[in-house]
Amino acid sequence: MLNINEVFETNKMIQDENLDVRTITMGISLLDCADSNLEATCKNIYAKLLRHAGRLVKTGDDIACDFGIPIVNKRISITPISLVGAACCRTPEDYVEIAKTLDRAAAELDVNFLGGYSAIVSKGMTKSDELLIRSIPEALAVTERICSSVNVGSTKTGLDMDAVRLMGEIVKATAERTQDRDSLGCAKLVVLCNAPDDNPFMAGAFHGVTEGDAIINVGVSGPGVVKYALEQIRGASFEVLCETIKKTAFKITRVGQLVAQEAARRLGVPFGIIDLSLAPTPAVGDSVADILKAIGLEQPGAPGTTAALALLNDQVKKGGVMASSYVGGLSGAFIPVSEDQGMIDAVNAGALTIEKLEAMTCVCSVGLDMIAIPGDTPATTVAGIIADEAAIGMVNQKTTAVRIIPVIGKSVGDTVEFGGLLGHAPVMAVNRFSCAAFVGRRGRIPAPIHSFKN
Amino acid sequence: MNKVVITVVGKDTVGILAKICSYLAENDVNVCDIAQTIVQGYFNMMMIVDTEKATKPFAKLGSELTKLGVGIGLHIRCQKAEIFEKMHRI
Repeated sequence: MLNINEVFETNKMIQDENLDVRTITMGISLLDCADSNLEATCKNIYAKLLRHAGRLVKTGDDIACDFGIPIVNKRISITPISLVGAACCRTPEDYVEIAKTLDRAAAELDVNFLGGYSAIVSKGMTKSDELLIRSIPEALAVTERICSSVNVGSTKTGLDMDAVRLMGEIVKATAERTQDRDSLGCAKLVVLCNAPDDNPFMAGAFHGVTEGDAIINVGVSGPGVVKYALEQIRGASFEVLCETIKKTAFKITRVGQLVAQEAARRLGVPFGIIDLSLAPTPAVGDSVADILKAIGLEQPGAPGTTAALALLNDQVKKGGVMASSYVGGLSGAFIPVSEDQGMIDAVNAGALTIEKLEAMTCVCSVGLDMIAIPGDTPATTVAGIIADEAAIGMVNQKTTAVRIIPVIGKSVGDTVEFGGLLGHAPVMAVNRFSCAAFVGRRGRIPAPIHSFKN
Repeated sequence: MNKVVITVVGKDTVGILAKICSYLAENDVNVCDIAQTIVQGYFNMMMIVDTEKATKPFAKLGSELTKLGVGIGLHIRCQKAEIFEKMHRI
């Protein structure tokens, strides 16, 4: 029988420590919607999305009510659209028509984001991949809920540097196209290496071709719960520290597992994976930076930060893996800047730089995330940042990503307001030396060797 | 059995249990277990109930209990028991 302390512990996590389920994401394959006629493709896509996800939001809300746990987002991920539109899109504008259709479906279904306006170009781009990529700035400018991602490399294929260079230009073009909204389009565009097929988190979510027709993936959260647990054991040994994170991650993940299974059952869609990520929000007390402080850092960015984050990331996985029957997605600690008040404070205090964030991405998911940079940063420099991050992913056999926002008209010291879960961010300094000749080279960086790992 | 956990938090006064139990009885909800503590003058109670024969849907029971609580200065929550069982039992 349950005891009263356990019941109140759970409710304290929910009420005081911001425990929530961050997202129920329904992955839907749109491969069977492809047609050689654009209008027919759009019609098929709209119909399939409504048919599969018609009850998603209501089901999520019902589960939240039954268990008394907030389920913050209900979202959809879809097959990378470069594949679905390949037979009917002859121009970037054609792809934008699909984006508008997706946006209408997302609005009708009341999901806050739909991810998968994507292309997987780890080794090379097809004509349709390139058309989709070139349509991204316009697609993100004329839609509200669409998220876009491009996978530019993998451990097995190396890095497609032509795609990296193009994405430098596309990120800049997206920033310019949405400059009236503080370049918000870039907050919905992520460039990945080793992108997982089952990621439930935006902006990098898409429903990979390795997946079934439809699936339920769930992203849990709970940085506040971990922080609170660590505050109770200040000064304890690493053994106690790690055990505490592990046990807390286990409890958090069990809630995700329950919600995922329940959602899958009620929607009649198979359960895919739980993503074990610690995902912060701009709310006070819901911060990964605060966990790092509780571990013993004055500010994130101080020496020791990478080690502390490595420890945190590993213990979250160790605790979470046992709590869930299937684990996947990104699974690790997220370190976005604009979505984490503690990270924002660290940047403002001068403790955290892009270079330190890059080091941190070597040991955690996912990458340089939600970082505002000066609007006059050259496209080649953006491409260089993407290449660095992708190289870390490629060599370390992990997912890495870049979601940076060159805010047009703003420079270091200014602040940008994105609103809602996307938060606000101080514009951070970027190294001013050029890499144009490096990223200007054609072709790709070969895959790394998988032996001689010294 | 539809096992549901009702938690009640608030200032301790006379008749809290009576009011809640009357409501549950009116709606055919069976009480299986009750535990309570007083922490610094604050009343903390957990009830495990069975709503299988309840005359109202779960969401309505939950919202009416919350409303009942507001009237007597208490915070009442109604949650299906699996969330606690999953979190604290392997």
